[in-house]
Amino acid sequence: MSQAATAVQTDTNAEHHEELSFLYKYILPTDHKIIAMQYIFTGMIMAVIGGYFAYAFRMQLAFPGELVPLYGLVGPGEYNMLVTNHGTIMIFWVAMPVLIAGFGNYIIPLMIGCDDMVFPRLNRLSYQIFLASTLVLILSFFVKGGGFGGAWTAYPPLSSVAEYSLTDWGASLWVLAVALEFVSFLLGGINFVTTTMNARAPGMKMMDIPIAVWFIVLAVILFMASVGPLIAGAVMLFMDQRIGTSFFLPSGGGDPLLWQHLFWFFGHPEVYVVLLPTLGIVADIITVFSRKKLFGYKTVLYTAFATGGLSFVVWAHHQFIAGIDPRMANVFVVTTVLISIPLAEMMFSYIATLYGGSIELKTPMLWALSFIAAFLIGGVTGIYLGASALDVYFHDSYFVLAHFHYTFFPITIIGMFAAITFWFPKMFGRMMNDTLGKIHFWGTFIPFNCIFLPLFFLGLAGQHRRIYNYNHFPDLATQELQNIRIFATVSLIVMLCFQLVFIYNFFVSMFKGKKAPDNPWNANTLEWSTPSPPPHGNFKTLPTVYRGAYEYSVPGREMDYWPQNEPPEES
Amino acid sequence: MKTSSSQSVLFATAEVSLPSQPKRAKSPVSNGVVGMLIFMVTETMFFAALISAYLVIRAGLEEWPPWGQPRLPVETTAFNTVVLLASGLLMGYSRALLQKNNIQKGRRWLGISILLGAFFLISQGYEWLQLIKFGLTVSSSVYGGLFYLIIGAHGFHVVGTLAALIYAWNRLGADENPVTPEGLFPFQLLWYFVVCVWPILYVLVYLT
Repeated sequence: MSQAATAVQTDTNAEHHEELSFLYKYILPTDHKIIAMQYIFTGMIMAVIGGYFAYAFRMQLAFPGELVPLYGLVGPGEYNMLVTNHGTIMIFWVAMPVLIAGFGNYIIPLMIGCDDMVFPRLNRLSYQIFLASTLVLILSFFVKGGGFGGAWTAYPPLSSVAEYSLTDWGASLWVLAVALEFVSFLLGGINFVTTTMNARAPGMKMMDIPIAVWFIVLAVILFMASVGPLIAGAVMLFMDQRIGTSFFLPSGGGDPLLWQHLFWFFGHPEVYVVLLPTLGIVADIITVFSRKKLFGYKTVLYTAFATGGLSFVVWAHHQFIAGIDPRMANVFVVTTVLISIPLAEMMFSYIATLYGGSIELKTPMLWALSFIAAFLIGGVTGIYLGASALDVYFHDSYFVLAHFHYTFFPITIIGMFAAITFWFPKMFGRMMNDTLGKIHFWGTFIPFNCIFLPLFFLGLAGQHRRIYNYNHFPDLATQELQNIRIFATVSLIVMLCFQLVFIYNFFVSMFKGKKAPDNPWNANTLEWSTPSPPPHGNFKTLPTVYRGAYEYSVPGREMDYWPQNEPPEES
Repeated sequence: MKTSSSQSVLFATAEVSLPSQPKRAKSPVSNGVVGMLIFMVTETMFFAALISAYLVIRAGLEEWPPWGQPRLPVETTAFNTVVLLASGLLMGYSRALLQKNNIQKGRRWLGISILLGAFFLISQGYEWLQLIKFGLTVSSSVYGGLFYLIIGAHGFHVVGTLAALIYAWNRLGADENPVTPEGLFPFQLLWYFVVCVWPILYVLVYLT
């Protein structure tokens, strides 16, 4: 790099990255790293609330009608509110902010080698709207009538008529919170795509972009293309609730199925919106810890394109029993089963990456491997549910519930822990304790299976999802089934207790952990070429990229990794 | 503009100091335009959802418009449509002038385009008042609800875009911290979008 160019760069850095006051550094930041932390911490706080709700309603299911310690009595309305908001929080306030907004914000500029997002102030606004939406959601738990209890899918007329839902303001605030959140991610998403398109480091071609960045950007594009209908639907639902329109009310000429279509047109791509970032993060982690090139970089990428495209034409598989035409259902069966092909291909690429690698079982790698294992079960059971003939029996049973927890838990919780344990040294400049990390891993992964595997059997026994006390149903109130429920609940409590290990490890390592080197995992991507934690402006000199992100164990090289920004040797 | 300056530095480094490197093609579209195009994808889907909601609800009813609901002002709105389209054309003219760096003249035509847009908005607002007087409200029927929802959603976009354009018009060519023609362009794009959506909505809601 010529001296003149370096000098110019240093000047621009000095000009734009002066020390900021506390207020502008941490409360109103435009630095993508601080905004990312804001998202991640807000998401983690919401995860605690979501987990607490799960604890309360699982206790009610295991020991119906008894006082739940640390909560109190869970009545039927209360139960519905807990279940609804558990789902809402875990998807919209944990998976989305942590995986996409949080880690997207953190890793995109670092991995593509630029100093910040291209619209830093839009980024800040995005978080502020997100925070407002969080506060509105929390407020909705405390208004008269309590929080919304019409399930996270909010089917009308239950969600639109206060006489049915009994949560007049709870329902409206819920819709408002969700709509605000989407506006926030809309702004964030514009930023992500534009940054990745226009601000990559020189030399970084499309096919040099790490998979994690690619997948987050694809997820964002899916989100942007699918969220419009849901925003339209949310406006219509809000109008139905508050100003007396009847878009979704048959009595006034509306159509309740319309909401289901608008909701699931967004809702199904949304599954892939949260899935893709985790898949990308896992791809990066398994290549780093198997010291091997990612198997089929382009294949992995194209399967993601295929998944994204197909995800727009599968939505009606959520409505097989809602009264849609069986001929239409057949079409959606085909598309639904088709979508498992690219995803299976991607999984095989990951497994092929592991094959023959020198695998290091560090904590992030354990999480990444467990993601593949757990997601496999979720994917396989999904194929049964995608067939309309079977779905007629499985619909709204615990089989469905266990299925989507086997997809969402790996995506959200395992993906989040994988990402946090992997990038923690970069984020805070200190290493996490690996032993505690492994204890936390096993203490989470084993109970997770103990919670949800039995639920498949409950579903096969005919247990419906939306019942708060099975004692009222003689077929479901047998001691045998009750024992399974108690087992799942006890496993949940064990899992929640092990999260204390993580919280301890997280905060103690943040302040007292071993100092992290710049590149603790010997990884190739650009974020590891800058100090840990990266300074404001990320790079001392903006990096130049010479090769793809996955050049591990290249024959003829002394080191088994080859950073993207390391100049090729003069020949 | 912090990012644009650091980016031009990026290009300079790539070209000056590392001639052997594969040169990154200069991005053909600016950040603002990329961002706006992505936003417009969402907007397109938003209006597509409103239109499909309209068609689904309408297909489910036997009588359209429902009995006792007033007729929509087709002729006045046809005139409004022409005004809005003219505004869109003038926006294109002003863009062409601004591209040739003819700031003064471009700004004048931008202003006229904004005025036509504002006329459209006021005229639509007046129509709404008339319709409410004749008994068409959001709760009078699903017909009324859909009318105000779709036309209102469009009107909301007109208000928002006009506000941004007026702000830009005011600062275009200003001495301090001016809005550049390039900075204005994304909002002109949004205006084209708002103008182009309107005839579809007009045909759908008023004519058929």
